[in-house]
Amino acid sequence: MRFLFRTDYNQDIDLFQFRLDRFWYGMLFASLATAPLWLDDYWISQVTYVAGFSISVLGLMLLAGFTGQVSLGHAAFVGIGAYAEAILMQRGVPFPISLILAGVLSGLIGAVIGLPALRLVGIYLAIATFAFVIIVQEVLTRWESLTGGNNGLRVPELTLFGLAIDQDWKFYYVTIVVAVLCFLGVVNVLRSPTGRAFIAIRDSEIAAQSLGVHLARYKTMAFALSAAITGIGGGLFAHKAGYLSPESFGLIGSINLLVAVLVGGIGSVHGAVFGAAFIAVLPQIIALLKDLLPDALAHQPGLEAGVFGLILVLTILFEPLGIYGRYRKLLFYVSIFPLYKRATFKRQKSYTRTERVH
Amino acid sequence: MVEFVQLTVNGIAIGCIYALVALGFVLIYKATETVNFAQGDLMMLGAFIAYSCIALWGLPYLVGILIAVAVLAAVGTGLDRIVLRPVVGQPTFAIVMLTIGIGTMFRAGASMTPGWGTETYSFATPYSGSTLRFGTVVIAAEHMTIILATIGLCAGLFAFFRFTKLGVAMQASSQNQLAAYYMGIPVKTMFSLIWGISAGVAAVAGILMAPISLVDINMGFIGLKAFPAAVLGGFGSIPGAIVGGLIIGVIEALAGFYLPAGFKDTAAYIVLLVVLFVRPHGLFGQMARKKV
Repeated sequence: MRFLFRTDYNQDIDLFQFRLDRFWYGMLFASLATAPLWLDDYWISQVTYVAGFSISVLGLMLLAGFTGQVSLGHAAFVGIGAYAEAILMQRGVPFPISLILAGVLSGLIGAVIGLPALRLVGIYLAIATFAFVIIVQEVLTRWESLTGGNNGLRVPELTLFGLAIDQDWKFYYVTIVVAVLCFLGVVNVLRSPTGRAFIAIRDSEIAAQSLGVHLARYKTMAFALSAAITGIGGGLFAHKAGYLSPESFGLIGSINLLVAVLVGGIGSVHGAVFGAAFIAVLPQIIALLKDLLPDALAHQPGLEAGVFGLILVLTILFEPLGIYGRYRKLLFYVSIFPLYKRATFKRQKSYTRTERVH
Repeated sequence: MVEFVQLTVNGIAIGCIYALVALGFVLIYKATETVNFAQGDLMMLGAFIAYSCIALWGLPYLVGILIAVAVLAAVGTGLDRIVLRPVVGQPTFAIVMLTIGIGTMFRAGASMTPGWGTETYSFATPYSGSTLRFGTVVIAAEHMTIILATIGLCAGLFAFFRFTKLGVAMQASSQNQLAAYYMGIPVKTMFSLIWGISAGVAAVAGILMAPISLVDINMGFIGLKAFPAAVLGGFGSIPGAIVGGLIIGVIEALAGFYLPAGFKDTAAYIVLLVVLFVRPHGLFGQMARKKV
């Protein structure tokens, strides 16, 4: 077990709590930077997908995991970001600016959607955002002059400062840089007073309000920030996919994002990456398993959805902190070996939390 | 004018389906403050079981309905007992996702069940094809059955909650768990039974809807339209859910005819957002802010 002797405030809000962390993140960074040298194109493309998707998941994580607001509508922000990016590029806006504008647009719409959120509790918010995603999807389908409707929209080739990003490894670097910037940004927000206000709202709105947190301001801010980050993820998705059509941005997309948040580990930035990797890897694992399964089961079209639902249910029932939570527990087990007690992480008895007044 | 009346009647029929699904949401929400996103999939399951009984095994229509409702009631009770009770007290978010996961599993399960699969089915009803005429307005027997069955079911549920000991016990557990415990009501069992009732209501909705929309594994998505209905009614009020369902049904039918394409599917949600903006707790909402 490691003890941290705090000697000043900066240590408390340091990005890396332990010196060893710095080493491991350095290693991670180095391996990401050199990945195209020792990974083939297939894996580079996979890592790019996970990195890009993890940005969108991170956006939702900020809202659901750190501010405690449920949104079933985040696929709409992915869609808005993706379409904005494609349309801006078509109109000749250069790349980094178009991506930022896509994020800003998505963030503004997020702020507008956040407004009713100030008055909505729990389930009403989930349903309002659910209505939002369906309306946005319909708008994307019907506004044919701008989005091409059901025929889809081709995304222009990406060029960065006159340099064509035409190969997988080039786009990989673009994605990784954007992803690292987004993650650093979110980690920084979270250790600032703003981030602490978000977490306070998640833990108890009433307590946060009593401590002087302006609920309306911070909830809107959380919504806007979350939507902006998700939109940036959407912008990258546009380039990765090369072709956009409205059905990618419906309720199913939102549920995928939420599953990524939950399975990755709600309330942790690492969880966003784990969750994105889970969503990317699961269909492939199922495809591999199909060879092993009996024929009658392997060719069922519902197999993937079924496994998906099963993992979701099992995660919530048995590991509410997701992959990251499990990882922390393993780490703890190893670090205090052999003194681990089975009851350490036993779930506390819990009672219904009511939103009603009796 | 005839056209308008005709559309309204059709809208009311569809609205009754929404109302029944919304009723299921509200029963569960009132009792356990959980929103069951799998309600639509329970409806699908009910329709499929009725299809199996009637079309595959050749049982009489009414027997098929009874079996489907009974099976679904058991499924609902089991769901509460096995899956939802362990997560009591978890954040809303987790429970919502749990029910979404359950819904996905039901859909996948139905698609894998031999004899069901991903195709679209229909089963014969004693009243298929006949129509009723009121002056110039024509009502399909399917629509009429839906309306009558909904009225009957609502009256039955009202009587149950009002006049039976069990129903009153359920109301008590919904209103105040702690006080209900002190009065000796087995609150947990009540909750499981409420889940059972609401799954049974979903089965009825599915069976009633089968003649007009056919049976397939995605019919549960129609249940999603019941969300606007339930919210419109305030989510905690049973009459509210019924009125909300009817309003949504009529709005949808009229929007589909008088407004440009695209509004049919979104009208309900636009109404929902507007209502939430104006009255955050629905038209008949009665939720007050929690005080310290």
